[in-house]
Amino acid sequence: MKTLRALGLLIALAVGAACGGEDPAGPPGTLQRGLSSDPETLDQHKARSIQAADVIRDLGEGLVGYSATGELIPAAAERWEVSKDGLKYTFYLREGLRWSNGEALTADHFVAGMRRLVDPSTAAFYAAMLADLENAAGITSGDIPVSMLGVEAPDDRTVVLRLVQQTPYLVSLLTHPSTFPIHPETLAEHGDGFARPGKLVSNGAYTLDAWVPGSAISLKRNEHYWNNAATAIDAVNYHVMVQDNSELNRYRAGELHVTSTVPPDSFAQIRKDYGEQLRVAPYLGVVYFGYNLTKPPFKDNAALRQALSMAVDREQIALRVTGRGEAPAYSWVPQGVNNYEPPLSGFAALGKEEREQVARRLYKEAGYGPDKPLRIELRYNTNDTNRKIAVAVQSMWREILGVEATLVNEEFQVLLANMKDAEITQVFRSSWTGDYNDAHTFLSVLQSGSAANMPRYTSEEFDSLMALAARQVDLEQRKLYLEEAERVMLADYPVIPLYFFVSKHLVSPQIEGWGDNVLDYHYSQQLSFKAAQ
Amino acid sequence: MLRYTLLRILGAIPTLLLVIALAFLMVHAAPGGPFDDERVLPADIEANIQAHYHLDEPLPQQFLRYLSGLLRGDLGPSYRYHGRSVGSLIGEAFPYSLQLGAMAMALALVIGIGAGTAAALRQGTVFDKVVMGFAMTGISIPVFVIAPALVLLLAVKLQWLPAGWSGVTGMSRYVLPVTTLALPQIAYIARLTRASMMDVLSRDFIRTAYAQGLGTATVVRVHAMKPAMLPVLSYMGPAIAAILTGSVVVEQIFAIPGLGESFVRGALNRDYTLVLGIVVFYASLIVFLNLLVDILYGAIDPRVRYR
Repeated sequence: MKTLRALGLLIALAVGAACGGEDPAGPPGTLQRGLSSDPETLDQHKARSIQAADVIRDLGEGLVGYSATGELIPAAAERWEVSKDGLKYTFYLREGLRWSNGEALTADHFVAGMRRLVDPSTAAFYAAMLADLENAAGITSGDIPVSMLGVEAPDDRTVVLRLVQQTPYLVSLLTHPSTFPIHPETLAEHGDGFARPGKLVSNGAYTLDAWVPGSAISLKRNEHYWNNAATAIDAVNYHVMVQDNSELNRYRAGELHVTSTVPPDSFAQIRKDYGEQLRVAPYLGVVYFGYNLTKPPFKDNAALRQALSMAVDREQIALRVTGRGEAPAYSWVPQGVNNYEPPLSGFAALGKEEREQVARRLYKEAGYGPDKPLRIELRYNTNDTNRKIAVAVQSMWREILGVEATLVNEEFQVLLANMKDAEITQVFRSSWTGDYNDAHTFLSVLQSGSAANMPRYTSEEFDSLMALAARQVDLEQRKLYLEEAERVMLADYPVIPLYFFVSKHLVSPQIEGWGDNVLDYHYSQQLSFKAAQ
Repeated sequence: MLRYTLLRILGAIPTLLLVIALAFLMVHAAPGGPFDDERVLPADIEANIQAHYHLDEPLPQQFLRYLSGLLRGDLGPSYRYHGRSVGSLIGEAFPYSLQLGAMAMALALVIGIGAGTAAALRQGTVFDKVVMGFAMTGISIPVFVIAPALVLLLAVKLQWLPAGWSGVTGMSRYVLPVTTLALPQIAYIARLTRASMMDVLSRDFIRTAYAQGLGTATVVRVHAMKPAMLPVLSYMGPAIAAILTGSVVVEQIFAIPGLGESFVRGALNRDYTLVLGIVVFYASLIVFLNLLVDILYGAIDPRVRYR
């Protein structure tokens, strides 16, 4: 019995220890939000994930911001000017900007932040965000000192950016957390570990109160924020909910006001149960199947690529397989991008029958038929939706063309490694989401030499149109060049765009101020509780 | 005894080294790296990042770097949680797993032994059949089914308990995860106790005890309990292992920031150092617990001698 008693004592001690260190539920009126993965860091220059950026947008503030419905609005800068050649941007900061510790926020802090982003010793994932600033590329590759970056602060309230080429989307880049300012003293004191509770000094509507990795992040109101009077919600808790079903259960139990997503399988039921609380909106992201253009059978075989692309019934996939309001994709750039009208693939205008006929003819021209069917592998990363799409496409190809596609599912990191090698891949599933609201974030992916160019697409015509667009001062002309570039690319069929993403949230009826936007940004400072709350 | 302990600790070093070397090789052999993503990085940015984490060095050199860090008690920086050390991440996560596991174990022992004993004393009655039926169900249904079912019933429908973990204060948040984790163990321990207790109760010395005029309660408590507990004690090892692995699932479902959850996340993210750190930590823990058990055995059983 002695051993049992000793064991009992051990257990009692452990249970006792359990009662310490609780994380707070927050005061009444705390906004409870779901977050689909744990942010890797809250260091604005080192963060990479969408989830980290979501939290950092509550903590920090850039020169420019977005309204709830996705229009650019002044943030730390009250106004800005662009030089005639489009290569010099001057931002004028608001008067009396302060950090969360009460110290003055000056233009130097923006300069310090941007320098830290491109500095090779920071090893920032988003260092390329400011690649169009003077000397940025040379600094990141380690050839030029960081002080040469094309950003300066002529006085405490003015930030000047100098560019090497036309970047009409520059202003929208400055909403991205990687361009946020940094509090130099905090960085000097704590080094790379500065983005922790008790250390982080922020300049946005909220400050960091607590962070239990893998569990929750608590924010509270920043009293020194310039627009503090307009911030309605005092405290925000982000709950890390990796499993979408667990998140849904917490919403159902009334423990969350806003979810980060909605589980795919229960979508129809949720729509029925929650009606208006379900917010589905177009999102800047495209899901596609890419061809490996460096190897047969797809290398130099545009007819075959076109045949496979045309045989995919995108309506069926968007409607029956994903079924959450996704738009079928006949272009690479999604609808709803600023100052851009995506051209559609030529066959989009054809009916289903005609498409299939053309596809069959092209397939035959490419040298395949019932006696010699195309045998390929279709790779995707293990995930229920991906599997359903792959199965659907496999059967479309088989029925219409007689293609024998083998499905290969791989863990995400394995698929990424295979795509990067471009050795064994033939057709693979991937996606791209925009970093800013401009067609460039999509089209630049397929430029020769782009690291994200998974199909290894190269086209001189496409590249030169992209280069022409980059030199254009006239926005209307630039738009035409970009659209022409996409038209050229689509006609080469390096990818099969399948559908465009939608953002999906459940938003409690207690919450006001929610707006749908293509970037899926939802600043907590723009939300509020209804008066009855 | 001191000499024995020291020898055992020295003997554990090659074991740990082997575990570390194997784990190191395996995490690096897995395809993909910690910084791969659909948003592929431009080459010079990727080179900067690789250099920052010394991933550009040859593998043997990285291994030596890791070992020399270990000697200084440094498990290295996390590749995913920039600016965090693996040591601090484990330090924050392990208490949650320990609490959860200890509470589940305590619950399993108390209820399992109680129900098993009661069933053994009422063999063949309806009570016995209900307990054993429940135990069979508990063993058969996996944790990932029990957990959502309990959440749906007790948190979503009845709203008696919270559905999640973060932001919930007090002990209520422990109820569902601990119950989920303990249920299969309760079932197993109840079955073990019942069988063992029935065996012991049929022995001669128990009949003698009854013949001396002792009541059932005294017979069970004083004479039958200790020998009946031996199989349960032997089961403690596998039970702890089951609870540790079971907690990986439970921590995921309830979003509890414990070590199991960190391990899965680390493996999926190719956070080499975090995965290695947890392996090293668990390996050391197991070596230490084994040592402790061996020493305790000597304290309990006078026949054991240390050499």
